Amino acid sequence: MSHAEVLIAAQPAPPQTAKKLSKARVTGYFFLTLWAILGVALIAMIVFGWDVEKLETFGPRLLNGLGITIKLVAISFVLGAILSMPLAVARMSNNKILSTLTYCYVYLFRGTPLLAQIFMVYYGFPSFRWFFEDIGMWWFFKDPFYCGVFAMTLNTAAYQTEIVRAAIQSVPKGQREAANALGIHTWVALRKIIIPQALIVALRPYGNEIILLIKSSATVSIITVYDLMGETRYAFSRTYDYQIYLWAAIFYLVIVELMRNGWAFMEGRLTRHLKR
Amino acid sequence: MSGLFSAVGSLWTWLSTIFDPLCGPAGLFTIYSMFSPHTLLACGDAGWGDELAGGLKITIAVSLATLPLGIVIGFFVALAQQSEEKSLRLAAGVFTTIFRGLPELLTLFIIYYGLQILLQSFLAKFGYDGPIEINAFAAGMVALAIVFSAYCSEVLVSAFKAIPKGQYEAGDALGFHRARTMRLIIVPQLVRISLPNLGNLWMNLLKDTSYVSIIGLADIIRQTGIAVRATKAPFTFYSIACLFYLTLAVISSIGLYYLDRWAKQAEVHR
Repeated sequence: MSHAEVLIAAQPAPPQTAKKLSKARVTGYFFLTLWAILGVALIAMIVFGWDVEKLETFGPRLLNGLGITIKLVAISFVLGAILSMPLAVARMSNNKILSTLTYCYVYLFRGTPLLAQIFMVYYGFPSFRWFFEDIGMWWFFKDPFYCGVFAMTLNTAAYQTEIVRAAIQSVPKGQREAANALGIHTWVALRKIIIPQALIVALRPYGNEIILLIKSSATVSIITVYDLMGETRYAFSRTYDYQIYLWAAIFYLVIVELMRNGWAFMEGRLTRHLKR
Repeated sequence: MSGLFSAVGSLWTWLSTIFDPLCGPAGLFTIYSMFSPHTLLACGDAGWGDELAGGLKITIAVSLATLPLGIVIGFFVALAQQSEEKSLRLAAGVFTTIFRGLPELLTLFIIYYGLQILLQSFLAKFGYDGPIEINAFAAGMVALAIVFSAYCSEVLVSAFKAIPKGQYEAGDALGFHRARTMRLIIVPQLVRISLPNLGNLWMNLLKDTSYVSIIGLADIIRQTGIAVRATKAPFTFYSIACLFYLTLAVISSIGLYYLDRWAKQAEVHR
């Protein structure tokens, strides 16, 4: 048997190959540069177009509009959530008429654009002015803000009905049967067993629904509600200054991102017992 | 040759008049106005039937034109989002964050006025400074396509994740080029997986087209608004507008059902 007499001398490290400039990298840098240029242009526009007078005139108005947007979304989301509960129960009930009616409601509001619904309420309902004056609700449908709240509430209630239904149906049937076997009353079982499990499932769709609602709340500006979008349109019609739209975009992006990240954080906290 | 074209053209006009579901000889509005005493919905000069039908056509045209553009942009954004190159992922992430976070209406305004300003300053360099009007159809189409593609990319990314890595490796083993693997192996599965979600996006797109009425495109909502101002019958006309949208939704969900069934045919149960 022979063995190696001489060890192979240490070799120098292979020469560093130049980093390959792949197609993907070129494209990536190209688009990043594009975004960077847009961002710089945005900042430049703000710096060079800085106008104290305009800021003093429209700044408070925009902030006021932001408040109205938040108010609009909060009110209609909460009212929609309240309204969606009985609707979801009706949607899941064994009564054919009740469930068909709720299905029609949901389909109607999910199948037509919010803009058409808002127009229907704001322009269509005044044809029944005599009726609303009779029941003393005319002050409500006269005001564009309330019309917006009304339409958005009905709209989000339809979406939330589906969320609630899907969440409750996602709870396995065995849970209900177990509660029955233990002799727990249906309502107690619902409150203590079904709903806590359903709400965990519903968290994410609820978050998405709030974000969709924030975005679609811009639609009410068309019926002269001065929310964030409405104030923006007003300011643009006065100054023809394109910046204002960009400001509104920043506002909306900040709200939506805050909402999204805040909701994700909350979801993480609430479901930490489910993580494996 | 031109004679042939004009013959085909007139045949098409004739066919589309005969089979027009709203204002044709057997159209809904025509039949309705035969039996109804008032002519609110008649076609022609007497009523608003043909205007509403025109609005419906514009709505359908905008959404059909937006769909392919949105899917193509969305596909490339999805590819970028899961690329190994960090800069590409970042750029795609910025795109989706921005356009999923902005209200559709605001995106529409930003693109409509932004394009106008860009074009104006560009043409000003060449010494032209007349007023410039961007085509509302094109602006609406681009804005809706960008919003659609931002959502579409998310759908496609999750569909990409559902395709096992072995599928790409099989493509490599067969000696396929990347593009060929994509076309022959990945995309057919991608279509099948993402079809239900893409269907939802299409429904949203149909509803979002209502925003183009704000920048002056004569879609359902705008035509309805014009009719309302002239006739003072808002409830009737907005109900009809809602019915139009509902009909479109019903037709698309039937179409999507069959499309889904067709796509599921080749499914392998894993």
